[in-house]
Amino acid sequence: MNRMNALGLIIQREYGTRVRKKSFIILTLLMPLLMVALTFLPLWLSTLNESGVKNIAVKDNTGIYAPLLKSTETYQFQVMGEDEQQDPESRLGKDLFAILRITDDLNENPGSVSLTSVKQTPQELQSMISNILNEKVTQQKLDALSQSNNVDSEAITMVRSIVESGSRISLKTMRQGDDGSVKESSTELATIIGMVFTVLIYMFILMYGNMVMQAVLEEKKSRIVEVMVSSVKPVNLLIGKIVGIGLVGITQLAIWGILMGVLFSGLSLFISSPEQAAAMSGGMSEFNMEGIMQSITSINWLELGLFFVIFFIGGYVLYASIFAMFASAVDSEEDTSQFLTPVTLIIMFAFFAGFYSVSNPDGPLAFWASLIPLSSPIVIMVRIPFGIPLWEKLLSIALLYGTFILISIVAAKIYRVGILMYGKKPSLKEMMKWTRYK
Amino acid sequence: MYLETIDVVKQYANHLALNKVSIQVPKGSVFGLLGPNGAGKTTLIRIITRITAPDSGEVLIEGKPSKNEDVYRIGYMPEERGLYKKMKVGEQAMYLTQLRGMSKKDAHRELMIWFQRFDIMSWYNRRVEELSKGMQQKVQFITTVIHNPDLLIFDEPFSGFDPVNADIVKNEMLRLKDEGKTIILSTHNMESVESLCDNIALIHKSEVVLQGKVFDIRKDHRPNIFRFRLFGNEFDFAHPSFTLLSKESYHDFIDLRIKKENGISSNDLARLFFDHYEVVSYDEELPTMNDVFIKTVTNE
Repeated sequence: MNRMNALGLIIQREYGTRVRKKSFIILTLLMPLLMVALTFLPLWLSTLNESGVKNIAVKDNTGIYAPLLKSTETYQFQVMGEDEQQDPESRLGKDLFAILRITDDLNENPGSVSLTSVKQTPQELQSMISNILNEKVTQQKLDALSQSNNVDSEAITMVRSIVESGSRISLKTMRQGDDGSVKESSTELATIIGMVFTVLIYMFILMYGNMVMQAVLEEKKSRIVEVMVSSVKPVNLLIGKIVGIGLVGITQLAIWGILMGVLFSGLSLFISSPEQAAAMSGGMSEFNMEGIMQSITSINWLELGLFFVIFFIGGYVLYASIFAMFASAVDSEEDTSQFLTPVTLIIMFAFFAGFYSVSNPDGPLAFWASLIPLSSPIVIMVRIPFGIPLWEKLLSIALLYGTFILISIVAAKIYRVGILMYGKKPSLKEMMKWTRYK
Repeated sequence: MYLETIDVVKQYANHLALNKVSIQVPKGSVFGLLGPNGAGKTTLIRIITRITAPDSGEVLIEGKPSKNEDVYRIGYMPEERGLYKKMKVGEQAMYLTQLRGMSKKDAHRELMIWFQRFDIMSWYNRRVEELSKGMQQKVQFITTVIHNPDLLIFDEPFSGFDPVNADIVKNEMLRLKDEGKTIILSTHNMESVESLCDNIALIHKSEVVLQGKVFDIRKDHRPNIFRFRLFGNEFDFAHPSFTLLSKESYHDFIDLRIKKENGISSNDLARLFFDHYEVVSYDEELPTMNDVFIKTVTNE
């Protein structure tokens, strides 16, 4: 049997035993459900008590405004005449949700409107009513103005059209590329994409780096490692472990991605009735859907994906080698902390550096942290969606992969000796001596 | 010779683990690798199994320097042995067997034969952590020998086995030897050395201090103690050629243990007794390997 076969077998086992574990299957399937649930449950709950129609009695002494209030699916406006005998207060909280009272001409007396209810009135209802009333008042004022003779009626028409068309400003952010071309960019979107990638790499390195460490320790503690290395080269055992566990992680990510995509799109279709969408988007109504689509398509997803994969692999293998190296040198989990605390601190630092780089993606912290190999895979993914020069990306990749090759050679040498050493916990100096053993 | 090491030296950071160790293991024999803890036995085995490389010196297999592919001709059961606890027995045995170079089909066929021979078919789908230590060792033994290697190396194979299982393993070793396999046995159990080994090497403080056929070594280390059984009730014979160690009499016999002094051959000593007494039986005590071991190691 040649070496490749052995390596294949090891990868197969490391992968197979893990993806068949109940805990893996449960976590992989439940996580997307949980994420979706966490996103949609609050939204769903917020619409829950709006089941059924809410009746709102309108008592309009002026008679100007009541006809303007159009009932919706959720809110039914009941106009009550002045001569109505029955007292609406007694029905409040029963078949009436709220009472809207307009006592005077709002044009003259803007405070003469009130909304009374037993429960807190939804923001949505409040803004709906005040929008309608505001609009009417503006109209009234313009009408009054046009009736007075000292204003040019043409000017009034123009003012009307200005008022009606509104004056929404949307700030477009543009970026000038190296070649001088200007592209529209979306800072919000770049931030979100950058953060998602960074969190993914960070989580992956921590979770699966740790899994590699556990796997090395498991073999050492169960004492199977000497049996293993009598038939395979230690370096193959190490590579097999890192690759196998990496594939487990990629499988999990892929399943999460697919499941979450399906669930989110399915659920959003399900609840995309205009009413519900309006209720859910709330303050987001200002969002310019066309603009978002434009920025989504303006991002070079292929490039982004490519760099993500490159930095993802580089970062994972670099840290997995370090974790495996230290795990091989000790006998139990408790002994790993001395070596792992600094490593974990570096990862945490990288994560926070990535976090702060979002607000200033071209600042010195972001720049240096995305070049230094131990933090670059985490930090650079924040910056790439904002667009950074190619040479920076290439230099970062070269540094990362150079370091990863160097570290994994050292790690393999230490691993080879460490896995067969039991007893006293070695110092870093001793571990360095191991690299010179034949 | 099936296996030879020539002047193997291995230096670790703070100590010399092996100092010019040369051993010769004849083909088709059981070779005992003896020595106190920390003498360097495990290091030597790891060099033979190519887990580590020597700093200098050579390992020859059938006269040729050993190479990477030779690991498939070796079956090694280390002293520090274990199994993946969460894996099923059968799956794990398949994995280890395939790693030793067998195809999936061959591995499965051989496994069936061995599982039946050891009567453990019912464990096939059980997880290793459910098995007792002795059961696990049976599985380990199978995975050591299953790929039909020419050279088998057992490091403390009997530790943890109950007497019944130890006997099964002992008989398997003898059967493998009859099939022409070469076996290296590293153990502190000197009784099993006497009953199993043809040759031994004793390593002490990183060097080979004793090597040869078990019988020759025991003969060379005879303490010159003789046992006589005589007819009669009285014994008061004294002679400068021996010292009386013990005397016991019962019924009409007297049992004697005497130490022969230098300057007289054992034949002349026997003749002396035959001249004076009616000798029922007579033999010379051979040292146990235990005695040889202790004497060699403590004399230094």
